[in-house]
Amino acid sequence: MSRLLKFNIFRYNPEDAQSEPHMQEFVLEETDAMTLFIALNRIREEQDPSLQFDFCCRAGICGSCGMVINGRPGLACHTKTKDLPGEITLLPLPVFKLVGDLSVDTGSWFREMYTKTESWIHTEKEFDPEALEERMDNKDAVSIYELERCVECGCCIAACGTARMRDDFLGAAALNRVARFLIDPRDQRSEKDYYEIIGNDMGIFGCMGLLACEDVCPKHLPLQNQLGFLRRKMGITSLKRLFGK
Amino acid sequence: MQTIYTDFLVVGAGLAGERAAVQAADAGFSVICLSLVPARRSHSSAAQGGMQASLGNSVMGEGDCPDVHFEDTVKGSDWGCDQEVARLFADTAPIEMRRLAHWGVPWNRVVPGKSIYYKGGKQFEKIEAQEKEGLIMARSFGGTAKWRTCYTSDGTGHAVMCTMDNRCAQMGVEVHDKTEAVALIQDGETCFGVVARCLRTGELRVYLSKATMIAAGGFGRIYPNTTNAVICDGGAHTMCVNTGVVPMGNMEAVQFHPTGIVPTDILVTEGCRGDGGTLLDVNEKRFMHEYEPEKAELASRDVVSRWMTHHMREGHGVKSPYGEHLWLDIRHLGEEHITGKLREVYEICTSFLGVDPIHQLIPVRPTQHYSMGGIRTNKDGAAYGLKGLFAAGEAACWDMHGFNRLGGNSLAETVVAGGIVGRKIAEYLEGCETEFKTSLINDEVKKQQARIDVLVSCANGSENVYKVRRVMQDALHKGANIFRNQEGLETCVAELQEALVRAGKVGLRSDGKGVNPELAVALKLEGQVKMALMVAYGALQRTESRGSHNREDYTARNDRDWLNRTLAYWKNEGDTLPTLEYEAATEVVEIPPGDRGYGKSEIISADTPKDAGKKGK
Repeated sequence: MSRLLKFNIFRYNPEDAQSEPHMQEFVLEETDAMTLFIALNRIREEQDPSLQFDFCCRAGICGSCGMVINGRPGLACHTKTKDLPGEITLLPLPVFKLVGDLSVDTGSWFREMYTKTESWIHTEKEFDPEALEERMDNKDAVSIYELERCVECGCCIAACGTARMRDDFLGAAALNRVARFLIDPRDQRSEKDYYEIIGNDMGIFGCMGLLACEDVCPKHLPLQNQLGFLRRKMGITSLKRLFGK
Repeated sequence: MQTIYTDFLVVGAGLAGERAAVQAADAGFSVICLSLVPARRSHSSAAQGGMQASLGNSVMGEGDCPDVHFEDTVKGSDWGCDQEVARLFADTAPIEMRRLAHWGVPWNRVVPGKSIYYKGGKQFEKIEAQEKEGLIMARSFGGTAKWRTCYTSDGTGHAVMCTMDNRCAQMGVEVHDKTEAVALIQDGETCFGVVARCLRTGELRVYLSKATMIAAGGFGRIYPNTTNAVICDGGAHTMCVNTGVVPMGNMEAVQFHPTGIVPTDILVTEGCRGDGGTLLDVNEKRFMHEYEPEKAELASRDVVSRWMTHHMREGHGVKSPYGEHLWLDIRHLGEEHITGKLREVYEICTSFLGVDPIHQLIPVRPTQHYSMGGIRTNKDGAAYGLKGLFAAGEAACWDMHGFNRLGGNSLAETVVAGGIVGRKIAEYLEGCETEFKTSLINDEVKKQQARIDVLVSCANGSENVYKVRRVMQDALHKGANIFRNQEGLETCVAELQEALVRAGKVGLRSDGKGVNPELAVALKLEGQVKMALMVAYGALQRTESRGSHNREDYTARNDRDWLNRTLAYWKNEGDTLPTLEYEAATEVVEIPPGDRGYGKSEIISADTPKDAGKKGK
């Protein structure tokens, strides 16, 4: 016998003057291999077509469907209902601006982050279409990719104590981004340049070390190590600056 | 009404769109990309395998060059491609891979010395050359003579997408995400931009531009089972279809992949079968070796998909709440292999199915995977029919894939075509002067607002949008799938015509306020059904089998009558069928039609007399 699942879903449509934030209950019969992707789409198609949520790849690759699932930020597409109790509470990710119901605006947040961290390779070199590519150690390539696996779902930001308290905190996703360029031999920025971006309370020194970011990261990025790595680097850079080196 | 001007407007912010955007921005033009989702969530990011380019750095790619790549591509297309375009692609791909490396893509690099690799479940050894150390590495892929696929671990699309979007941020290319273009602004001769709906507020907005490009990916979601992302619904195509003057090329050319998982249709790699996995039916018995005694599970994508479908039709499928399927069995490969070489498959099975493939069977079925067809463009990426309109990537029929595209060629196409077309657009913009007529703009906005009002007020009826969409998807699934025949296609066309009538009577059940998801679906449904009709009717008319288009009643490739490309128009609002025209598959012929060297080789050559070779009917 399959279970009857009870969903408590946050509802609010900011574009509707009559709408008030509230929780709404939906009941759905569980099917084999049901994920929250299947469940939410069924609720929308069969029960309430106005229900807002975001999915894109539905394969854990794109990071669209971050939401708070029974109190914990995660990707809805790879959450199986059979791993959850019969009562499931879904809330939108905090920190990000609410679009409606379970949908939030991660796009604007991350785009601003690219600008703040100057999330691109800084180099004086021009591309020469005639020349062979510049060589790179495969180990470096693999290390860069390891950090580039971030899907910008926003779970680490939503779970971050500092980000919840202050809007200007860069958060683990941004700090990880800086680390990605710091280890890239193609990027000619110096540690001093990076210090300008993250050597403050909005950056690496704002981190309280609670490390929920790593706990909730659906891609299992080594965020704790990266935060430690940056804190050491920037700490040393800070001392050098103090002593005029 | 907010009106935004930009020199160059791109609908879509995946790899093709952003690559073209970078090119135009580099030439000093203002660029805005519209996207349903933040750029990095575009479906380009889901492509894991890699990009084909004949760099020949790996010892397994020795002797590779654009000529070999070109030949593989033309054969793969079953001679349906435009050979001039395929040539342009093969020649440009290596330079583009190097450019991406310069911009920041962490391509895997050549590690000199001995290493092992697997083929058909067996272990082999290779030795990479010392002098190639640190150059861009390649991996093996189906349908290619050499190891030619550049990659970054198991996330090539994602990594390149990150770099491209970084480059856009650096160049000041604006990406307006959560924005859906709903109609082109055009006067039947020139395109002036789009009317878009903001998916943060639900408001309509006008974007005016000198050049507009559609780079919104494929349209797999008109089928019920597809590996495509939710956003690959053909919404941007429908804008072009609705103009009546822009044709869609080869819509009947649809690729199916044998192993999409059930439910959710996520792809599991061909590597499973390559390494010795088998397909089982409802009785947990193997069947592929009965149909293909030699190659069994290792026959090509289209062949395996065909037999799987046949076997399910014969009543050997496994029934499930999500429809029928078969089993993929990799249990005998053992834990070490499954959690090592097939880690990604292991993760998909455990994360999305709750199936442990070391001890359990994986439910799979052939699943729509790629749209070779799309907005027909010339080799510069300029769409037929409207000045100032361009297209690139999977959205376009540029046409390097013909009737079948090779793995790794589509992801490479996004950046190669994006670069080439972007350059042509910059040239176009250079000498372009445009006058915008306010009446034309206002009329289009009013028309779109009226459509919305009708849907919200149920003025035309109260058909359920999800139910009508389901009718369209099921009709295609039944009639325009892997196997096609006259009877099935005629039924499919009739069902779609009925769906078209019902799509015109859709009314919302919800209030339509703000970012209403029901409204978003309803706005594109009629256009989608028209596209589905282009697929089905084009397939019905094409009385041959070529690449992924397989007619049970016309089993031969017919180069005498069908060495051409279908151009499908929706000429008048009240039409119940698309208007089909045809053009030669290719003007330039470097490789005349011949045997592909794999698959069946039943060919009616161009010099076969008319009355010979008529099969079936």
